[in-house]
This record gives sequence, structure tokens and C-alpha cells, in this order.
Amino acid sequence: MELIWQGIVQAVRLILSGDPQVLQITWLSLKVSAAATFLSLIAGIPAGMVLALTRFLGRGLLVALVNTGMGLPPVVVGLFVSIFLWRSGPLGFLELLYTPTAIVIAQFVIAAPIVTGLTIAAIQQLNPKLRLQLLGLGASRGQLLWLLMREARLPLLAAVMAGFGGVISEVGASMMVGGNILGQTRVLTTATVLETGKGNFDVAIALSVILLVLVFGVNYLLTWIQQRGRAR
Amino acid sequence: MRRTPCMASGCGLWAAIALGVILAGQAGGRPVLAAQAVILSTTTSTQDSGLLDVLVPMFEKKTGYTVKTISVGTGQALALGAKGEADVCLVHAPDSEKKYVADGLLLNRRLVMHNDFIIVGPADDPARIKGLASAVDALKRIAESKATFVSRGDNSGTHQLEQKLWREAKVNPSGSWYLQSGQGMGATLGIASEKRAYAVTDRGTFLAFQKRVQLVNLVERDRILLNIYSVMETNAAKFPRVNAAGGKAFADFMVSPEVQEVIKTFGVDKYGEPLFFPDAGKREEAL
Repeated sequence: MELIWQGIVQAVRLILSGDPQVLQITWLSLKVSAAATFLSLIAGIPAGMVLALTRFLGRGLLVALVNTGMGLPPVVVGLFVSIFLWRSGPLGFLELLYTPTAIVIAQFVIAAPIVTGLTIAAIQQLNPKLRLQLLGLGASRGQLLWLLMREARLPLLAAVMAGFGGVISEVGASMMVGGNILGQTRVLTTATVLETGKGNFDVAIALSVILLVLVFGVNYLLTWIQQRGRAR
Repeated sequence: MRRTPCMASGCGLWAAIALGVILAGQAGGRPVLAAQAVILSTTTSTQDSGLLDVLVPMFEKKTGYTVKTISVGTGQALALGAKGEADVCLVHAPDSEKKYVADGLLLNRRLVMHNDFIIVGPADDPARIKGLASAVDALKRIAESKATFVSRGDNSGTHQLEQKLWREAKVNPSGSWYLQSGQGMGATLGIASEKRAYAVTDRGTFLAFQKRVQLVNLVERDRILLNIYSVMETNAAKFPRVNAAGGKAFADFMVSPEVQEVIKTFGVDKYGEPLFFPDAGKREEAL
């Protein structure tokens, strides 16, 4: 127990002293995961809406695949993205391996199915008559989609939080495609693994605390957005 | 239109999106030109010792290259080098290294430094190995008494040395007493401590973990326990994307007199004894 308390004290000390390494690692974690979540929203919400609102041959299979994707092990994603980004791989010429961009790509692959799958569920649980009513009132396609999204904003924001939570906390993919290089691709999760491996448990706990505070902060903001306007 | 709470959350959503765009743009970071980057594949224990935290910045300052240090298991470090995914390898698994060099997959193997392995175990020493001069005899006794032993089980340099000791002892370790952690040295020591078991470890990691584990140093200084580090360059002829100049520059750096001097004194202020012994230019048999 004392170890955890020491870790919390160390965390406060690291933040207050403005330790540049810790700040750099924290900022990179936030940037990379925010970028990946944002990209997965751009891809996942429209894809989810299409899958929720349309009917075509093979739709059921696609939805099952998306739902499976929600449970993709991050380390497996990391391995496969590495293989693509290796010098010997098809995308090796891009020289993206061991850069933050590679981590964003891997985290996108992890977050996109989560966002898509939850969007499908969010839209499908709306009353089907609502769609007909909106069309009946003269809504254009764009207006219809926007209004359905607004109507489903509670579960959609939950999807955003699930996507972000899934990637800010993952370590397997970040380690493999990023390489945990100091000053370049070290993020909070990979730094925690390193410090634990070195036996610096107090620093590892401090980094964990910082990560938890960061995740809490982001989710507090998103929860506020989600819950605004609810009848008390 | 009356400003409804729905619209307020809509504004919040746009703000979040705008923030996301800004952060996404930032996330790419400073691109490093391929000619400037040197990918060094090394092992987790080498990285964990902290030596590279001193040497890599020295190298970067001296040459202007940016080093990407990938610390993984020994097997992976060598495999990456052999595939041309790294430019230079710094590992400590002589038997594997010699195979790769013989196959022409890694080039120009040069000795850099050595430290040593020790056999640690519980203070009460159920297998009675304390003070034995021969590590092989120690393992024979552990096998005979079926005392719990935790192996790395991950084809690392440490694991390969352990396997060599079992071979010399003519024992095939198996059974409920022989555990394989598949993890790094620190984690393996933790398991050994919890299970009051024996383990083979490098001295450096043991020094770093000594306060946290209930294990004691029981067998040391046998010549077979030498842990020899070498640097090798990857085959640029076979893999055109390899940064041959950068790899060679790093390898030359590691065996240079200046760096060998740094290696000689590394760790003394923290542990009271050096973690490594510089060996550049020596013959392996003479160690």
C-alpha cells in the first residue's frame, strides 16, 4: 500500500516539477490517441450509420465482423501493422515504422471497429418510426442523418469514449509499431511497462496515476457534453 | 430559434472535433530523414541497464544521426537485424550471433564488453549450491533435488546460456519444478522470489532488483558464466534500405576508446561496482 502512496506522491512531484520527459510523454500520448480516436470517428460514425440504416446482401456478415473487430487484441493489431510497415513490407517505403504516425495508424485500427459497432447499435435502437416521421416532415438526407445522430447522441458519445479509452490504454500495438523510443515514440503506457521492467515501481505507479488522471479528464469533458440538457 | 440544450451539446461536439483536428495535425511529429536515422536493435536487459541512455545521446551529438533504439527479446533483435529491419545490432548471445554471421546475415561482429551471470536463489538454499565453483554442478544439484527453478524461457541471451549449462550438465530440465516465465529478467526474478526458486540472472539486473527480491547470490565467477556483448552490422548489400553508413558509425562508436572508457566506469556511482567490462579488440577466447 505504501508503494501506491509513494507512487501518487511521485506523480504529483513529477507534474509539479514540470519534468520535461514526463510532460513530453504525456503530451504525446494525448496527441496520438486523440488523433486516432478522431480519425476513427470520421471513418466509424458514417460507416456505422450506413450499416445501421441500409439493407444489402452481406450486411449481417459485415456487422458481425465489425463486432468481432471490437474485440481485436491490440498486440495482434500491432504485429500485423508492423509487418505492413517493415522495410520489407508493402508500405515500407513510407518509412513510418517507429514514428508516432505508425502508432496513430495502429490505434485507428483498434478504435474504428469499436466506434463503428457502437454507432450501429446506437442508430438501430432508435425508434424506426422516427426516421419515417422526419422524412415525412420533409427532411433532406443530410438533415435526416444529422437529426438521427443528435437523437442518438448519448450512445454515440459513449462510442467516442469507448474508442478513446480503448486506445489511450493499449500498450501492445504502441510498443510494437512505435518502439518505445525516448523522445520520439514513448507514450505513458509503454513508459510504464519500461519502468516496471527496470524495477522502478514508484515511477511506474506515478505514470499510471498520470495516465488515469488524463483519461479521467478527457472523459469528464466528454461526459459533460453527453449529459448536458438531460432532464434532472 | 430558441437555444435548446441539444444545440449546446452540439456546440460542445464541434469544439471536441476542432480539438481533435488540431491534435491530429500535431501528432505526426518531426519527420526524421531515412539517411539520418539509425535503427539499433538491442535487448531489453541492455536497455534496462541504462548504459544506452548515456551512450546514445553521445553518439547522436557526435554524428548528428538520430538513433531509434528498439529493445526487444534477443531472438527478435537478431531476427530484425537479419531481415534488414535494423541497421546495427547490440546483443549478448554469442552462439546465435555466430550462426547469423556464418550465414552472412549479420556482418562484422566485434566484441564490445562483458558482464557476468550469477545463479541466485532462496537464502535457505535447499539444493545446497552456495559457493560452488562450477555453475554446471550447481544446476545438476538443483535438478537432482528438484528444487524450483525459474527460466526465462524466451530464447534470450540469458536463456541460451542457461540452456548451455543444462546441456553441459547432461540434464533435460522438465517437470513441475522447472518453470518458464517467458518474460524479461526483472519479471523472472520477481517470480523466482515469490516462489522461493533458483534462477540464472545477469549481475546488473540482480543489482538493480536486489532490494525488491528475497534472493541471494549463490554461485558466481565460473568462466562459463561470462555474458559477452557484441555489435554487428546488417547486410546492406542484401537489404538496400539499410542505413549502412549509420550502422557502421554506431558500431565503430561502440568499440572506440572513448566509449570503452565510459563503459568501464558505468554504474560505479550507483552500485559501487561497474556493470560492464570493456573488451573491444580482445579475442573472445582470451576473456
